[in-house]
Amino acid sequence: MQTTIVTAKTVSTSTDIALSARSVSAWYGAKQAIRGVSLDFIKNSITAIMGPSGCGKTTFLRCLNRIHESALTARTSGEVLLDGVNIYDPEVNPVVTRRRIGMVFQRPNPFPTMSILENVIAGPRYTGMTKDPRELREIAEDALRRAAVYDEVADKLNSPALALSGGQQQRLCIARALALQPDVLLMDEPTSALDPLSTLKIEELMERLAADVTVIIVTHNLQQAARISHYTGFMLGDENRVGSVVEFGPTERIFTHPKDSRTEDYITGRFG
Amino acid sequence: MSIELDSPRSVATASGRLSQRALTTRQAIADRLFRISLVAATLVFVAIIGGLFVELVQGSWDSIVAFGPAFLWSSEWNPVTNHFGALPFIFGTVVSSAIAIAVAGVVGISAAVFLAEFAPRAVARPISFLIELLAAVPSVVFGLWGLFVLAPILGHVADPFLQRYFGFLPIFSGTIYGIGLLTAGLLLALMIVPTVAAIARDLILAVPNELREASISLGATRWETATRVVLPSARAGILGACVLALGRALGETIAVTMVIGNRPAISASLFAPAYTLSSVIANEFTEATSSLYLSALLELGLILFIISVAVNGIARLMMWSMLRAQGRRP
Repeated sequence: MQTTIVTAKTVSTSTDIALSARSVSAWYGAKQAIRGVSLDFIKNSITAIMGPSGCGKTTFLRCLNRIHESALTARTSGEVLLDGVNIYDPEVNPVVTRRRIGMVFQRPNPFPTMSILENVIAGPRYTGMTKDPRELREIAEDALRRAAVYDEVADKLNSPALALSGGQQQRLCIARALALQPDVLLMDEPTSALDPLSTLKIEELMERLAADVTVIIVTHNLQQAARISHYTGFMLGDENRVGSVVEFGPTERIFTHPKDSRTEDYITGRFG
Repeated sequence: MSIELDSPRSVATASGRLSQRALTTRQAIADRLFRISLVAATLVFVAIIGGLFVELVQGSWDSIVAFGPAFLWSSEWNPVTNHFGALPFIFGTVVSSAIAIAVAGVVGISAAVFLAEFAPRAVARPISFLIELLAAVPSVVFGLWGLFVLAPILGHVADPFLQRYFGFLPIFSGTIYGIGLLTAGLLLALMIVPTVAAIARDLILAVPNELREASISLGATRWETATRVVLPSARAGILGACVLALGRALGETIAVTMVIGNRPAISASLFAPAYTLSSVIANEFTEATSSLYLSALLELGLILFIISVAVNGIARLMMWSMLRAQGRRP
């Protein structure tokens, strides 16, 4: 497979940064899950966040579109800047924010009562993007093409979404997120429930998506992080299972010359 | 029944060692007995339904022969002349239950959505407990409350209000008694709303959280998520809950008898007294002096039985087609 590792860019010019987390901490009730996570996500790149189970990588991802706070007793502090605007600002509506930061989940979760087509246009319908059925269909077809699933579903757009295979369902969910034309796409271990072939398809798809979307993927699969990402962040939980970032940098460097011994231990399989 | 058992010797053969029948004699007998007792327990239900139906047809045979199908659309109910017709009772049962399920459906599902999706836990827990408590209140207590509290309130406040502003509708015209079809329907609604709310709440809570998160991540509000994703996902089960509740409303006897007015008449007005299938059976069973009278009452029971079975059957079909439309196996 072709590897497209971006050489280390300076992470200072703000125009290059799509999303920026500034000392983000998150809690579930009294239990702190992550502490002071600060990361910059470069526009139109793929950033992988890896780490062992329970290191808070998923919690961190869920803070980036404010879906973390939809859980009972969940709480966040810190800032997340989208185009320089803090999405945790009291004036910012989380509902509107989530339209610009899409999310794909660990297990495919198409809406069971909707057809394939209805699933893809659920977002545009919520946001009132358009009401014209022809336009909605065009949006749907475009999103399905971008998610590399169109050819497989073109002749059954009105079939129930659950009739698709797991891999197709996950690509449908990607299409559903893309239909809103988000700037950022968050992916929470999107292939962990899928077979190797479906995984490969989604990885290829992500590389194409990075042409115009900033992709942030959480994965516990080292090979996946190495294969597809331009940047990698390594998170680890401390003795109280509070996660924080150990190391962040261009993927090639993280995997060849890790600066932190814990990163090295992790990528050489000594723990995790 | 003859029970075939393997001789212990067959265990020695190669295929015997692996075959399912390579069990000890005791295991084999226990296995058989267990299976037979399970089948027997299941067959009890078939026997009860079949027995009920046969008994009802037998008991109402005199009436079926005497009045034929006209029993269904005759409005006369005259024990003196021995002329009997079921229409007023079918009307009373169907209309009171329809009012009940319409009100209880809307209120129950709304409460369930609130409790499952919006209420903080400190509110949802005690209210859910109260709802389940309400379901345990005996019918006769509801009947007393209906007669002494609900009927006067409706008769003095709500009914006159409805008549004043909506009196041009035939359903709100006519004399107000306090007791009548509307009172019975609302009392029934109160009795079945806990069933709808409690089951619907459990079903909504059972909708996978992944679907809520998928919806929220697409920029939906909580309200949009609840109405467009969560409720549709639970709708087949909620329909089942409504049918269960409707079944209770159709058969409910004592509370309805206390507030419906017990007059076998069909009126366009919901304020008018009426009568239901179950109420007339309960009220007149002991007074049924002629065998035809008794038989006619039993035929009313048969009609009620058939209505209940039909309602359940239709609901089952609807649930089945809903699940099929989702690409799931029912």
